[in-house]
Amino acid sequence: MSEPVFQVRGLTKRYGDVVAVAGVDFDVPEGICLGLLGPNGAGKTTTVEMLEGIQQPSTGEILYRGTPLDRRARTRFGIQFQSTVLQDYLSVGECLDLFRGLYPAPLPRERLIELCELGEILDRDNRKLSGGQKQRLLLALALLNDPQVLFLDEPTTGLDPQARRNFWRLIEDIKRERKTLVLTTHYMEEAYRLCDRILIVDHGRIIAEGTPDELLAAHFRDVILELPQSVAAGRLEGLSMQVLDCGDNVEISTDDVDATIRELVGRDIPLNQLAIRPRTLEDLFLELTGKELRG
Amino acid sequence: MRRFLAVMHARNIEFLRDRSSLGWNVAFPVLLIFGLWAMFADGGRPLYKAGVLTTATKIEKSIHPFLDTRYTQFIPYADRQAAIDLVSGHELDILVEFGPGRTRYWVNTTSPKGYALERFLLATGDDPKEAVPVVGTRTRYIDWLIPGILGMNMMFSCLFGIGYVVVRYRKNGYLKRLHATPLTAFEYLSAQVVSRLGLVLTITTVLFLACVWLLDLRMLGSGLLLLLTAALGSTALIALGLTVAARVASEELAGGLLNLITWPMMLMSGVWFSMEGTSVLFQKVALIFPLTHALTAARAVMLDGAGLADIWVELVVLAGMSAGLMLLSAALFRWKTD
Repeated sequence: MSEPVFQVRGLTKRYGDVVAVAGVDFDVPEGICLGLLGPNGAGKTTTVEMLEGIQQPSTGEILYRGTPLDRRARTRFGIQFQSTVLQDYLSVGECLDLFRGLYPAPLPRERLIELCELGEILDRDNRKLSGGQKQRLLLALALLNDPQVLFLDEPTTGLDPQARRNFWRLIEDIKRERKTLVLTTHYMEEAYRLCDRILIVDHGRIIAEGTPDELLAAHFRDVILELPQSVAAGRLEGLSMQVLDCGDNVEISTDDVDATIRELVGRDIPLNQLAIRPRTLEDLFLELTGKELRG
Repeated sequence: MRRFLAVMHARNIEFLRDRSSLGWNVAFPVLLIFGLWAMFADGGRPLYKAGVLTTATKIEKSIHPFLDTRYTQFIPYADRQAAIDLVSGHELDILVEFGPGRTRYWVNTTSPKGYALERFLLATGDDPKEAVPVVGTRTRYIDWLIPGILGMNMMFSCLFGIGYVVVRYRKNGYLKRLHATPLTAFEYLSAQVVSRLGLVLTITTVLFLACVWLLDLRMLGSGLLLLLTAALGSTALIALGLTVAARVASEELAGGLLNLITWPMMLMSGVWFSMEGTSVLFQKVALIFPLTHALTAARAVMLDGAGLADIWVELVVLAGMSAGLMLLSAALFRWKTD
């Protein structure tokens, strides 16, 4: 097995009395997409910015390919921050030219334009881009040094579903080039689709780690049956399975779908609006932290 | 060098496309200069100014036929020495005292208008006339003021144009994004300095040439020496702006700090009036401002024809301020808010 790209040991970050990262240990293997999930203020961005070299740890150690992280390593990173404003009045093409000028051997301009689908917006003022266009430009800026490690900090936050899926497609193209990706996200579907390995972070600590399927298998053996509240109201008392009131819906947790359906039929509950879904990362997160991810 | 050029080029584009800032940088001094031009232009005024020594408040034209000379303003003076000083400074073209049996007059030997009025005086009346030559060079207020106005414009452009922009980019995260590249703080800051310096010198040179053309601005010394003075003065002011902006993350705070610096500098560096009549303490405090040294050197070059040997102290002080403030700003510089 090859040496991890990052080895993180005892990493902490304090701001005065506030502990943002409280001693985390993890490795980032070569060529995977590592996802950091957690609620706002969990310490995801601080952790990632310490890996990027943007912030200095209070204590602990980060090894990049076996040696302490230094400024030279940063030339091999591509970074897309959570929110980035670019220089006023520059067009998309001029932004590319500016940032290409900052690296010793940037990717060819045309390659970046093709990779991130920027051809039609090259002459547009960067302040007048849509959310999806802006993220594609920022991704191009993160890729222009052909990085060995690509950091993406909530890259699809605020995008509409179509733009988000387009962005995922671009990331999947990059993954096929066997680059190492570190992704923080609020979107469980995004994490499940893109990440090979996930760290769930809360209060500056890692509370779960593994592949998405490993994590789900380790914590859940059941599935969820969903019924509209209007159908199920007042008819589920005494049910032998765990029932959760989720606003418009009622969720029934069960590891025996057949038995549950038989019991529902026995109570004359109409099943034409019944939905069955497997457990998700969001369920796992709620189970582990008791918090909404987007809270 | 490549990174430096890339950042400088981008900054130039931003400045040129930000029409409101560019317009203000050009329009403000133009408006000031045209306003002053309107105030001090000679159109419609008498061509000559002659002083008449008399205790009367009104001059009787019947005293002497010279007083019938057209296009000449005759002004009564009771204080002989004060009037002679005005002749010395070319503010009066001639001073005449009509005495019993003879006329004395004071005329500046370097004044063309004085020469013309002397010819007129000698051609009128039969009385004997006694000439008293006066020496002294002419200094119009506008000649003295223009360097101050151009310097003030440089000050605002250098301090606010740099300080405010750096703080805004820190606040909105653009500097953080640049920090994620191999760009160093010194490369970024020096690109800002050279970009702003080029723009400020270009604008100031154009305005200066316009003043020379429109106002017949006095320029006795070397243009290159004046350019060197402007370059060093601007560099020191830009470095001061960068020092203020090195850590600040709030535009409001930056604005307050910049105002705190610019207003005393504007009042005490001799933009509008000379500090010679003020207290020694004020004159000493004024020496901490780069603009004081820049204006002293610029006026010496323009008005007195001073050479490098005369203003080297000011230039060394400006170079020292530039280097010191640049190093300080690089040491204090932060890419992001904490």
